[in-house]
Amino acid sequence: MTQSLNEFSINLQQTLSRKLTSFPNSDLGQELDLVLVRVEASDLVRLSDFLKHDTDLLFSYFASLSVVDYEQLNNTFEVVYHLISLTHKYKLCMKISIPYDDPRIDSVTNIWRAANWFERESHDLYGVVFEGHPNLEPLLLYEDFEGYPGRKSFPFHEYKEW
Amino acid sequence: MEIQQQPGYDPDSIDLMINMGPQHPSTHGVFRLVIWVDGERIIKSEPHVGYLHRGSEKISESERYNQIVTLFDRLDYVGNLNNELAFCLAVEKLMGITVPERAEYIRVILCELNRIASHMLFYGVYGLDSGAMTPMLYGFRERERIQDLFQRITGARMMHNYIRIGGIKEDLPTDFDSRIGILLDDLKRGVDECDQLLSGNEMFLARTKNVGILDAADAVDYGVSGPTLRASGVAEDVRVTDSYSIYDRFDFGIPLGTKGDCWDRYYVRVEEMRESIKIIENAMRDMPNGDILAKVRRIARPPKGEAFVRTESPRGDLGVFVVSDGSDMPYRVKVRAPSFANLQALQLMLEGAYLADAVLILGSIDIIMGEVDR
Repeated sequence: MTQSLNEFSINLQQTLSRKLTSFPNSDLGQELDLVLVRVEASDLVRLSDFLKHDTDLLFSYFASLSVVDYEQLNNTFEVVYHLISLTHKYKLCMKISIPYDDPRIDSVTNIWRAANWFERESHDLYGVVFEGHPNLEPLLLYEDFEGYPGRKSFPFHEYKEW
Repeated sequence: MEIQQQPGYDPDSIDLMINMGPQHPSTHGVFRLVIWVDGERIIKSEPHVGYLHRGSEKISESERYNQIVTLFDRLDYVGNLNNELAFCLAVEKLMGITVPERAEYIRVILCELNRIASHMLFYGVYGLDSGAMTPMLYGFRERERIQDLFQRITGARMMHNYIRIGGIKEDLPTDFDSRIGILLDDLKRGVDECDQLLSGNEMFLARTKNVGILDAADAVDYGVSGPTLRASGVAEDVRVTDSYSIYDRFDFGIPLGTKGDCWDRYYVRVEEMRESIKIIENAMRDMPNGDILAKVRRIARPPKGEAFVRTESPRGDLGVFVVSDGSDMPYRVKVRAPSFANLQALQLMLEGAYLADAVLILGSIDIIMGEVDR
């Protein structure tokens, strides 16, 4: 179902389609009422830095990071970033697909310090390795926990702690 | 015997490491904070969370959409209705449901009441954190009034399970109009009373002013939101800047702080209660009659897609990201909990502060561990 974008998002889409020419592998789209940009993992840090510091975008606020497990579908993880520009009232969704067997992605903690715990949590639950992260120790789980309980393959209902 | 040294221990500069929690009355739940001090000053701190991790996001993947509302009740357990609303808005966005007018108004009224109740809890507990016993009693008295009304409407004091996908569970009781009139009068008097009781207190001022300063740039960079962000002077309130439900119809102010110290974070919340009362009064005036639930199938099956909504919970920017694969259970639910992000900034605020202020600084963020750990 397509929903219409609000004026800010239309504005953002136009701005981005003009500005993203230096990122040939990026793909601009729409997801319900959100502007969506798909990028290659190798472009992540460069694009993030650009999104945060470009004066027409200024995505200074890191809203959320989610990992979605698509092992069954195409053997990948999808890392979804939600970014907010407080100055321009823009909302952006940024997506990156990484291989399921070797889930590695660059950390964005140097760009948004807010990403720190979100990345640690994703590492805990999904086993995604954020390269360059200052401290990937377990956040929500305890140190000796085995496995990645966020993944679909984790035997959730059979799991017994005691 | 060999003494095992903690990571980060540097014998030349650090005097003492203090462990606070997880069982500690002023950590507001099961939260552990390790503090390294040099004399009276905090050099470094490290929060440890996860004691309350129940895997709500994972459980959501094997529950039907309607059942997940109860899980959201238990995330931020003092702002239940705000949490329920966030999830329902996400599913409604996925399914393209338009919620009946009356239900929208009732949602707003109850969510704002819940915000006042949550801030009243903060007020009471913050008084206690700073060494004053009486505010606790006053804060809880006001909160109890709201919970009495909630019980009358939803049947439960907390964990209401009242907001449904497409509307609300049932209409307001017939005596609601008179009850809310009395309640609002009481609350207005109550907020003023609370304000007078604690805000001007010289000792309270001395303990909160210029303590735990968080400047605007750092706050935004750490993803801090809600009253904690507004205390640093950033006018960001999701109800206004990225309006949802029917909040764009109401005229209310965004209380702002100037410095970002503990006092600002406290007073922004007191002022916010007054603004919430204004919203409720306006909503009561305009509330139409009519349906309270859109025509939705009993078992919701949103089409394939992804929705992300942001709402303003009492603690800040509560985001819900729902991925649907077209079945009756979500493929992925992610909660962007405001306390989770706010708590990250704690380390920065504690740096260089006095050890005695640690509890006050932690209290001023108003964390709820149910939401941090999920």
